[in-house]
Amino acid sequence: MNDNQRHIWVFTEQRGGALHDVGLELLSKARALADEVGGTVSALLLGSDVSELTDRLAGGGADTVYLAEDPGLEPYRLLPYTSVLEAMVSEHRPEVLLMGATAMGVELAPRLAARLGTGLSAHCIDLRWNDEGHLLQVVPGWGGGVIATIACPNHRPQMATVMPGAMKASTFPDREGKIIRVDVSPPMEDSGPQVVEIKTETPSELPLEKADVIVAGGWGIGSPEKWGLIEELARLLGGAVGATRPPVDEGWTEEGRMIGQSGKTVRPSLYIGIGISGVMHHVVGMDQSGHIVSINSDPNAEIFETSDTIIVEDFNKILPPLIAELKARQGK
Amino acid sequence: MERIIVCVKPVPDPKHWDKVSMDPETQTLKREGIPSIINPLDKHALEAALTLREVHGGEVILLSMAPPFADATLREGLAMGADRAVLLSDRVFAGSDTLATARILAAGCRWIGSFDLVLCGNLTVDGSTAQVCSQLGEFLDLPSVMHVVELSDEGGSKLLATQKIENGLCTLRVPLPAVLSVRKELNKPRYIPFTGILAAESKEIALLSNADLKINEGLVGLHGSPTQMAGLELKKFQRAGERLEGSVDEIVQALVERFYKLGVLS
Ligand SMILES: Cc1cc2nc3c(=O)[nH]c(=O)nc-3n(C[C@H](O)[C@H](O)[C@H](O)COP(=O)(O)OP(=O)(O)OC[C@H]3O[C@@H](n4cnc5c(N)ncnc54)[C@H](O)[C@@H]3O)c2cc1C
Ligand SMILES: Nc1ncnc2c1ncn2[C@@H]1O[C@H](COP(=O)(O)O)[C@@H](O)[C@H]1O
Repeated sequence: MNDNQRHIWVFTEQRGGALHDVGLELLSKARALADEVGGTVSALLLGSDVSELTDRLAGGGADTVYLAEDPGLEPYRLLPYTSVLEAMVSEHRPEVLLMGATAMGVELAPRLAARLGTGLSAHCIDLRWNDEGHLLQVVPGWGGGVIATIACPNHRPQMATVMPGAMKASTFPDREGKIIRVDVSPPMEDSGPQVVEIKTETPSELPLEKADVIVAGGWGIGSPEKWGLIEELARLLGGAVGATRPPVDEGWTEEGRMIGQSGKTVRPSLYIGIGISGVMHHVVGMDQSGHIVSINSDPNAEIFETSDTIIVEDFNKILPPLIAELKARQGK
Repeated sequence: MERIIVCVKPVPDPKHWDKVSMDPETQTLKREGIPSIINPLDKHALEAALTLREVHGGEVILLSMAPPFADATLREGLAMGADRAVLLSDRVFAGSDTLATARILAAGCRWIGSFDLVLCGNLTVDGSTAQVCSQLGEFLDLPSVMHVVELSDEGGSKLLATQKIENGLCTLRVPLPAVLSVRKELNKPRYIPFTGILAAESKEIALLSNADLKINEGLVGLHGSPTQMAGLELKKFQRAGERLEGSVDEIVQALVERFYKLGVLS
């Protein structure tokens, strides 16, 4: 590798041998950023017995896969991961280091950034180069819809965590990546927190990020009984249920259904929002959807600004006949 | 446990965020007239500390980096039951990003002296970075654990902390001292009793400046912050919306047609 080249690194997280999609999403974005400036993309894969994942990383856009395997790296623990990544960064000095804003990335990236003494921006929704060749990191900020652009001009690497779903994964079938094994020595120290138990629930329904149709309800739905209409419409359209924060807080639906700044970022082909006002916190999570339909009784609802199809009406009037019509057409 | 530090940040009350506007000249947010509250998740951290104190005794100390007038907000935490508060306030701290903030809070922890546990909220409503906990752990050279939804004392200077991860939970045995940040599922912050408000009046809030903490000025505030704001905009997402009008039946039919056109129905 040529040292004047810009090296973009992506931490591609896995747990128990399962790669998180956000790693592939970031590789694809990194590929685009690198190609713009003639740079390189590397994936960082840590764990034990995970070498079979390297093909997917190369096919996802990585020129190089750095593979660090050690029994001490499975399951993930913050302190050993920080040490291994610190050593790798110090040796190879990448320009950019990206991670997913997942439970793991959100905890690991800041610790690593502090150890390296560099900057980190959180929960980015977009990344691009500026004229000086610095990475601009676009983050949704607080309240009434603030978008901040963050740069880290004088420290390296430029680090960012990126919202899962904010970028789109791609495959590069004819790319071949080089695998570089990373020597994890000295062996991991073990005085820190130890994993006692990991409990995973396999989600029974289609994960929100993978759904091609999302029917999302907001506070305007008003009650858990009425929430059933949202669920039924989603089922009839073969889609997933999404929500703003209030329905989650009220317990009408689970936390994993929340879309927006503190929830998921989604980009379905069709997004139907019902009883949603369109506050920035929510909109940042859905504005990349293909077609947006909004049903809101308030003609001035902000969500209409972000909509392709607008229905100014009480959802109680629209949903029951819509559901009946879909059922009739599907012969149910 | 002898001492638990709870990091609390005064934040503009999200209920009043519609009053936020942008100063087009300075490119900064104007937030006049928006009252401050303790960052909501920090109250969950404080509740956890108070619960541990009920079992083990010891002292619960609030730690905050904020302008001097934030003492009014800290009274709320004292009324909830914290024993005292330490407020880190200095002009040179202004403009600190999370790295500099964590460095300053770490210096505050060291100033307090010995402690068994530092508790934070998982994220703030205004900055929403969720970076301070891990960075504070790093600067204190202590283990850090985020996303805590269950916490129990194992004795022998160890806690069992359960983290929420994607599709599940991960339980860790954590040696103390450590820095933990909590999610709202952990507990329900107690109501503030009237007697608590009275008691808070006489509790101590130590106001410290960098003369006390003695951090190299190049490492705090704007100078000590690797990240810089490159732009700030009140974002408008725009789409050319087409309104479906007519009777309910006409609207339903038009919508269903659209579903076919989009390939959602076939
Ligand atoms: C730090 C922070 C992070 C946040 N993160 C998120 C996040 O990730 N995701 C998120 O969604 N929120 C988030 N929020 C909350 C967010 O600010 C809003 O409070 C929330 O999105 C509003 O949800 P809503 O649109 O459902 O409710 P409301 O704003 O109350 O809107 C309800 C809408 O329903 C309409 N309505 C009422 N009755 C009917 C009817 N019968 N028929 C049709 N329409 C009707 C009303 O006209 C209104 O527009 C966050 C808040 C903070 C402070
Ligand atoms: N200025 C501050 N003073 C005290 N605690 C803070 C401060 N900033 C952040 N924290 C703590 O760190 C947590 C996470 O903050 P953040 O990383 O900014 O989202 C908060 O919930 C607080 O517990």
